[in-house]
Amino acid sequence: MLETSANGPFVTGKVRLEHAVGMHARPAVKLTKLAKRFQAQISIRASETADWINAKSVAKVMALRAPRHSMIEIKAHGEDAEAAVAALVDLVATDFPDVGP
Amino acid sequence: MRADVAGLAYRGRTASIGFACGPFVRLGSTAGGARTPGSPEQETRALRHAIESSSEQIAELAAAAGGEAAQILEFQVALLEDQDFLDPVFAAIGAGAPADGAWSSALDEQIADYNSASDEYLRARSSDLADLRDRVLRILRGGESEVVKIPSGAIVCADDLPPSRFLEIDWSGGGGLALLHGSPTSHVAMLARGRGIPMVVQLGSVSNGVVALLDGEGATLELDPSTAQIGLFERRKENHRKSRASARAILRRPAAIWRGERIRLLINIQRVEDLEHADAQYADGIGLMRTEFLLTGPDGIPDEETQYRTYDAVLRWADKRPVTIRTFDAGGDKPVPGFTPHGETNPFLGLRGLRLCLARPDIFTVQLRALARAAMRGNLKIMFPMVTVPAELEAARALFAEVVKGLQAEGIGAMLPELGIMVEVPAAALAIGDFKAAFFSIGSNDLAQYVLACDRSNGTLAPLLDPLHPAVLELIARTAEHGRRHGIGVSLCGDMAGDPACVPALLHCGLRELSVNAPALAQIKQTIDRLSHGGGGG
Repeated sequence: MLETSANGPFVTGKVRLEHAVGMHARPAVKLTKLAKRFQAQISIRASETADWINAKSVAKVMALRAPRHSMIEIKAHGEDAEAAVAALVDLVATDFPDVGP
Repeated sequence: MRADVAGLAYRGRTASIGFACGPFVRLGSTAGGARTPGSPEQETRALRHAIESSSEQIAELAAAAGGEAAQILEFQVALLEDQDFLDPVFAAIGAGAPADGAWSSALDEQIADYNSASDEYLRARSSDLADLRDRVLRILRGGESEVVKIPSGAIVCADDLPPSRFLEIDWSGGGGLALLHGSPTSHVAMLARGRGIPMVVQLGSVSNGVVALLDGEGATLELDPSTAQIGLFERRKENHRKSRASARAILRRPAAIWRGERIRLLINIQRVEDLEHADAQYADGIGLMRTEFLLTGPDGIPDEETQYRTYDAVLRWADKRPVTIRTFDAGGDKPVPGFTPHGETNPFLGLRGLRLCLARPDIFTVQLRALARAAMRGNLKIMFPMVTVPAELEAARALFAEVVKGLQAEGIGAMLPELGIMVEVPAAALAIGDFKAAFFSIGSNDLAQYVLACDRSNGTLAPLLDPLHPAVLELIARTAEHGRRHGIGVSLCGDMAGDPACVPALLHCGLRELSVNAPALAQIKQTIDRLSHGGGGG
């Protein structure tokens, strides 16, 4: 999805969190690690009313306290924003699979 | 070891099953010496260095441990690399705060935040953060990790134990872990289960000793045991080993059969996490889900939505299998601030169970709303505890029906589930035919306490409190007979069901449904199998 704002183009995505215990330590670590591989500024939130937080901060992602079945929204802007959103949506949608380093 | 004097025994909660006997080692909490702060630049450098060294240490531990342990430690490493988290710490140092103070207060804030979470899993993460805080502080304060020599095979006792400390201990010679606080869902508990190290948590307070016996199954710690205690311990351990081996094979068989009749074996759960036990999947359903744990969270009694999610999670786990949820059973030996009455002279005979819920419709209605919604999601049955007369069941039914109507009027899907009662008051057992219940579940612990007039929290009365007393069995048999004659399900969910010595008597009383804790499931199924094949007492 593409959307524009005053700060330039944003790429956004939405995905439902299916992880059994919600956004806990291991999913949060995987999400931030993946986010850090991209140059783009990436923000996420777990409900429409919440503030956007930095997807590269494990402390902030844990603080989302996102329970199972919550809808995770992702937005990014920057050169590789589209790839970043696609990768993060895929990570959540596939329930944080274990992959090699 | 003293030959004749019994040592002190403590009971906690099981975090990891197994048996260990070894030297008792009590770990103190990390005491940090004070340090003299330097300039903001020096302090910034000191913290950067401490963070880097910590990262390296943790990475080494993770590499050595591998697997699940490495994943747990990854969270700590990620936090040390989190600029959003570190920036305010360095900003505070720039403004003149000492490195150790700035670091501690940032971590303490996070720890307090995690501790206040309503989710037990999240609360358990606070020990990971305390671990990280202390590691960085030890380096900052120059004292390298305190060295307590832990002999191989020791029973290690601590207030709580961070995962990295667990990994630093040499468990190759066995041993066990006894925590005064801690939680069965902590990372350490996961590690202990993974390594097969017995672990008991929430022991409260423990005195000192030289030798300890740790029974992860019975959740007991015995210090400086007598030879008699050691003998009993060894017997429990041997029984456990033997029964595990053969029982696990039996567990996989579809049903327990006794004299051609199917015996349903269900499980009791105290909280949702109990479903994680490896044997839980083999149960025919959930015979008793206690809900009191919902009353003791740090945020007080949870709202309808939180309760609904909890019940829904259990129903989803059970799929088509039946789930019997018991409404709040507070009072008696389970006081809850803001809910149970103060100053009762005899709380076991006081305002408890359904009596209390009917007196507090403000709290009860919220639970009934959550349950009425959950009833749409699976095979849900509701039972009321501590019922004396049919009027109480009918009052609860009327309130429940009103709640369902209210929800439906709001356009929310809800239905009235099957309603049953606990049979634990002798009057209810004696007048069982007067109750219009969909099922009965015998609460043998309370039934025995009331029939035998023995406070079950009074240890000195333990020899008198015999659940196999003919008067108790008589009431169980009457209830079972009534159910059989009228086609009403009768189960038993007290400790008797999980005690192999009691099972023959229960089957002879006519019970065909037993509900036990998940760790006892295999052994009880095996007991029934043996009885069925002409074993002793069958």
